Amino acid sequence: MRVLPGDPVLLHFEKMENPAAMAAMRARLGLDKPLWFQYFDYVVGIFRGDLGLSMQDYSPVAQQIFSAFPATLELAICSMIIAVLVGVFLGVESSKAYNKPKDQVIRVFGIVTYAIPIFFLGMIFQMIFGVGLHWLPVGGRISPTMEPTGLNIGNFHFSTGLFTIDSLLEGNIYKFVLTLKYLFLPSLTLGLVLCGIFIRLTRSNMLETLRLDFVTAAKARGLKETTVTYSYALRNAFLPVLTMMGLQFAMLLGGAVLTETTFSWPGLGRYLVDRINFRDYTAIQGAVVVFGIFVALVSLAIDLLYAYLDPRIRL
Amino acid sequence: MTVEALTVEYWTRKGKIRAVEDLSFSLEKAETLGVVGESGSGKSTLGLSLIDLVPFPGRITKGKIILKDKEVLKLRKDDLRNLRGKEVCYVFQDPMTSLNPVKKIGDHFVELIRTHEPQVTKQEALKRAKKMLRDVGIQPERLNDYPHQLSGGMRQRVMIGLAIALNPSIVVADEPTTALDVIVQAKILDLLNTLRDAYGMALILITHDLSIVLQRSDRIMVMYAGHMVEYAPSIEIYSNPKHPYTQGLLKSIPNIELADQKLEAIAGSPPDLLNLPKGCRFWPRCYCAFERCRSEAPPLITTGTEHFTRCFLYEEGTKA
Amino acid sequence: MQKLKIKKSMLSHLLPGLASLAKRGLAGWLVIFGAIVVAAVVVMTMVSPWIVPYDPSKINVGQPLLPPSSQFPFGTDNLGQDMLSRVISGGGIMLQVAILSVVVCLIIGVPLGLFSSYTGGVIDRFFSLIMDSVYAFPGLILAIAIALVLGRGVINMALSIAVVYVPSYFRVIRSQVLSIKEVPYVEAANAAGARKRTVLSRYILPNVVPSIAVVATVNFADAILTAAGLTFIGMGVSIDVPDWGWDLANGRNFLLSGAWWVITFPGLMIILLALGFTLMGEGLSELLSPRLEQ
Repeated sequence: MRVLPGDPVLLHFEKMENPAAMAAMRARLGLDKPLWFQYFDYVVGIFRGDLGLSMQDYSPVAQQIFSAFPATLELAICSMIIAVLVGVFLGVESSKAYNKPKDQVIRVFGIVTYAIPIFFLGMIFQMIFGVGLHWLPVGGRISPTMEPTGLNIGNFHFSTGLFTIDSLLEGNIYKFVLTLKYLFLPSLTLGLVLCGIFIRLTRSNMLETLRLDFVTAAKARGLKETTVTYSYALRNAFLPVLTMMGLQFAMLLGGAVLTETTFSWPGLGRYLVDRINFRDYTAIQGAVVVFGIFVALVSLAIDLLYAYLDPRIRL
Repeated sequence: MTVEALTVEYWTRKGKIRAVEDLSFSLEKAETLGVVGESGSGKSTLGLSLIDLVPFPGRITKGKIILKDKEVLKLRKDDLRNLRGKEVCYVFQDPMTSLNPVKKIGDHFVELIRTHEPQVTKQEALKRAKKMLRDVGIQPERLNDYPHQLSGGMRQRVMIGLAIALNPSIVVADEPTTALDVIVQAKILDLLNTLRDAYGMALILITHDLSIVLQRSDRIMVMYAGHMVEYAPSIEIYSNPKHPYTQGLLKSIPNIELADQKLEAIAGSPPDLLNLPKGCRFWPRCYCAFERCRSEAPPLITTGTEHFTRCFLYEEGTKA
Repeated sequence: MQKLKIKKSMLSHLLPGLASLAKRGLAGWLVIFGAIVVAAVVVMTMVSPWIVPYDPSKINVGQPLLPPSSQFPFGTDNLGQDMLSRVISGGGIMLQVAILSVVVCLIIGVPLGLFSSYTGGVIDRFFSLIMDSVYAFPGLILAIAIALVLGRGVINMALSIAVVYVPSYFRVIRSQVLSIKEVPYVEAANAAGARKRTVLSRYILPNVVPSIAVVATVNFADAILTAAGLTFIGMGVSIDVPDWGWDLANGRNFLLSGAWWVITFPGLMIILLALGFTLMGEGLSELLSPRLEQ
């Protein structure tokens, strides 16, 4: 079980501009109360859904975060999907061509993608696809008029905040395609940087599994190579990938911050960076806390999922 | 099937290991061939090479394998795949690990049948699977079980069932009974014989136990350190073993009828394949090795009708 | 001159080491190659003041935003600064931050890891809990948070990165120590009455060093990438020193007008440096834990 990292450190900052305004702000935000009180109050507030007020405009941080969150969620999910799909596929190919050139190339690819700064890769993509080829948009999540609105039946309104799903719920294919266009480059960038570890994991698991007797036996029965690879070997190597997905999630979020900044993607990461520029410390604190909670929840979910799947796999 | 001058090497970091060297034999229709040898003699490698499945870092470096006028080693990938499971089937040594743990028994069969005969429907395939299970002596209800729910003997039967499901010309059984207890062993071997008679297929029995193949095979090949050292009809091997190794093997079989028998073991231990002795590979353990054996490797010599031995003792005979 | 002297004595130790590395096959070559790359970048940065064609900080040595040409092989940025010079000298800050953070990690993480895991008990659980919490937290975000508190500057950036990575060292050391702790010769030393410090330093530490080396190289790479990330967001150091990260952040604004050279070359340098360390790390880890090769 994960423990939420405490953040008393974050409460020790007071780096603002002019003293009178500072005093006023302090009073307004309750920052003039003793430190332990602030901490306690804040933690309680988290459970109530109250993350304080933004220093910039005194609007509730929680609300701002809440509206920015789905964008990050969508980006995170898509990137993870790409990372896993690309990573596992390349890992499988790599293991099949053990020690041959293809294997080395793929491994090097995995290493190199990790060494590329995310924002750099993002910018390269922007240059090539956005500016150079004009195929894909360079930034933003969607053009303002085209936001999907989700399911609307009479007075009933339901939307997830995830534009992909919402546009489908709305039944609007055009919006769906448009969403994907905007979503593609950011998630590709983030996904590629993360796929390296999946390549390595899949490769080593496959190498082990491919040596097992029943794989050779399957080949001896003349089964097709794709069958052997995928339904035999991969099935057995999959569980570690799942755990790794959970572990990588933290990295994903970190990368999301950079990706969102690069692509002007209106998610929590960009919110964080914006707030930094404004020195809006309550907002920053709120964002960091939310990130932490998010990671903790996902790790918890993966732990539970693993416990659920594992004895089952024993069959 | 004919095998000519087959050589299989394992290219490891420590050097090249010749697991099989210059091996030739032929297999007639519905014939049972017993391949006998210690661990490391190359017999399993031989078996796997017949379907070109020698595991990395092994490779077949020389020789030809001809089945029904086709050269097995030169087949295209798809043709080779067709061969496996359909013409030549392999039964593996360890039934515990040879079946896919996440697939039901029935699924194994369906997959096999539909891979090679895609026009067959799933129900058809299941019907055939049921028949196979009956033939190998397992209740058809077991089709819905997973491999770990079956005992070792049953799993081996399933493997055999999978091997004969498509009526192959040749079945290669690699130590089919080593992982099983003695009582089950006999049953499995009998089963193989029954099936052979019923389906008219050739059977290659690979084992380290000479006693198993003496009664059940038509011809026997004795292997040592990658070489075929004797090759003859089994009656000949039993009554007239020529090679010292074969003789040693025979002597070490306990005979229940002889009251007062001392088991004789063969002196020495199996050779290190990276450091083979010069000359005849068996000479360090041979009770009658002479000078020549230490420096020259003997060729295969004809020592009777259909009887070949690799030993200088019989040099007067013509070279095979 | 002092610097050159140090280098010479290091070399005399290094060369036989390198020779033995080469014999170890591909993994050894990886380490050598990575080390060469890193060394090249370091040297380049150190001698940059002498080899730059133009002063990297001087503005308007050429027209702003000129594409690469024979006069300015890497073009110029929006302030008319020569990109080639900036690329040559831009690694300084990143290297400093990386080295500093690794040193801090070593100083804090290694003893802490050794002590905690060897002692066991409540202390160990306490530290493990802290370390696990930090480890589970998204690295960049944590670094941002800490850097916010500490402020700008090389040292502060290094410290924030160090905090994020100390748990990695801690965990690796801990797993190693836990397995070594029960080994007979350690027990024997304890039975003979050796002080904890001695046991740790003489017996356990030498066994742990190889894994520390691996973690350190990966740490270097990560530190560089994180430092670049922090600078990109705007939390880097002051502007007057040439820095690749800064060039990337700055150059971003001119992408749309097609000025690709402002970010490409600094970016490639970052990749190169990070790759060098990563390759070293890969090579080292293969050397130290030989895989099951047939």
